Amino acid sequence: MVQPLNTLMETPSQTAGPYVHIGCIPTFAGVGGVYPEDLGLSPVAEGAQGEIITITGSVYDGTGWALRDAMMESWQADAEGIFPGHPGADPKVTGFCRFAADKDTGEFTLRTVKPGRVPMRGGGFQAPHIAVWVVARGINIGLQTRIYFEGDDHAGDPLLGRIEQRNRVETLIAKKTGDSQFRWDIRLQGEDETVFLDV
Amino acid sequence: MRNAPIDLGPLIPRNREAHPVPYDPDYKTSVSRSPRWPLLSLDSTLTEETGPVFGHSLLGPLDNNLILNFTHGDAPAVGERVRVHGHVLDENAKPVPNTLVEVWQANAGGRYRHVKDTYFAPLDPNFGGCGRTITDDSGYYEFMTIRPGAYPWPNRGNEWRPMHIHFSIFGSGFGQRLISQMYFEGDPLIARCPIAHTIKSQGQIDRLVAPLDIGASKPMDYLAYRFDIVLRGRRQTMFENKMEGM
Repeated sequence: MVQPLNTLMETPSQTAGPYVHIGCIPTFAGVGGVYPEDLGLSPVAEGAQGEIITITGSVYDGTGWALRDAMMESWQADAEGIFPGHPGADPKVTGFCRFAADKDTGEFTLRTVKPGRVPMRGGGFQAPHIAVWVVARGINIGLQTRIYFEGDDHAGDPLLGRIEQRNRVETLIAKKTGDSQFRWDIRLQGEDETVFLDV
Repeated sequence: MRNAPIDLGPLIPRNREAHPVPYDPDYKTSVSRSPRWPLLSLDSTLTEETGPVFGHSLLGPLDNNLILNFTHGDAPAVGERVRVHGHVLDENAKPVPNTLVEVWQANAGGRYRHVKDTYFAPLDPNFGGCGRTITDDSGYYEFMTIRPGAYPWPNRGNEWRPMHIHFSIFGSGFGQRLISQMYFEGDPLIARCPIAHTIKSQGQIDRLVAPLDIGASKPMDYLAYRFDIVLRGRRQTMFENKMEGM
């Protein structure tokens, strides 16, 4: 026998199901009036410092079908790489957004400020990125991934550097499609499957 | 030189044994929606260790009362009145204070207020189906609702979801984000549910089954169920909680 460890095991995840929107973005789901507005409508307020960008994409299943029922959340630093609530952070950046696939087309849009590079414990920097969490019916535990940006210096980023198959790095890099416009798709499975994280 | 960020400490790597398998043919939708490649595992960074903070001022007075919040208190929802309460803790058994807990569920007949739900059971004009609260300083939360009905769904030939309430919990870091479901003690449909059984450990399935908490019920008013939630914890040692290279 040994001394007991007074630690607990994490509560297991379950799928968010087809009606996650009722709980997380009820007005979007047609259950209006319970809250004044849905949580996380925008990660930035007017007057946020930095470049305002738009990222558009879809979430594809293993057959190539764009999910109509996926919901995503994003979390990011401000244009200087400072997370909201930390000393010096831009008060106009909340950093958190909830957005969903369009129920007819499956396309989503995230309008935000382009984040700066973020310092690491022990030194160095992570390249500018946005953390994304994907939930939907059929996804038993929410999928973590990240958006990086075409044109940035990715050398030294600890996460991208850990991807052995360098061809898969591209799945995390949003492609520039115009001024301040990016395209970034999530592929849950199959060819060009997105790199998902355990972090 | 900017100020050093707040360092809450690295997250304990997720024990995937605690969780459902991503791919489970008995839950058919998971077949085409589960990644085939392994996840990329690495130590948490500031990105996962920080997260959005929601203040108690976010909440309206009826946000945690699903019986009344859809009608703003004008008329109660139909159903068996139930109080659900518990603590949000982390893996170190420390309370998780001031964290947002959101819930959603079907009505007493097993019908969601959603354009995609066409089940025979009627909508309740007085029930929306969502609620939220924020844990107090001890990690405690509670809300009032009605017991949701079981309902059929398309999967295998004759599939029924047990009575359940969906939960979404934030924690203090984005890497702690969790969505799960609470079941009710004694429901025979839990044992037959392929979604519950995407979790391969029976002990972990049991963690989602809230016991009747008769002592927390109110005579002549409501029953109570107790549902404690555990989020990922943080490593806390003086050897590594120093942010360098700023």
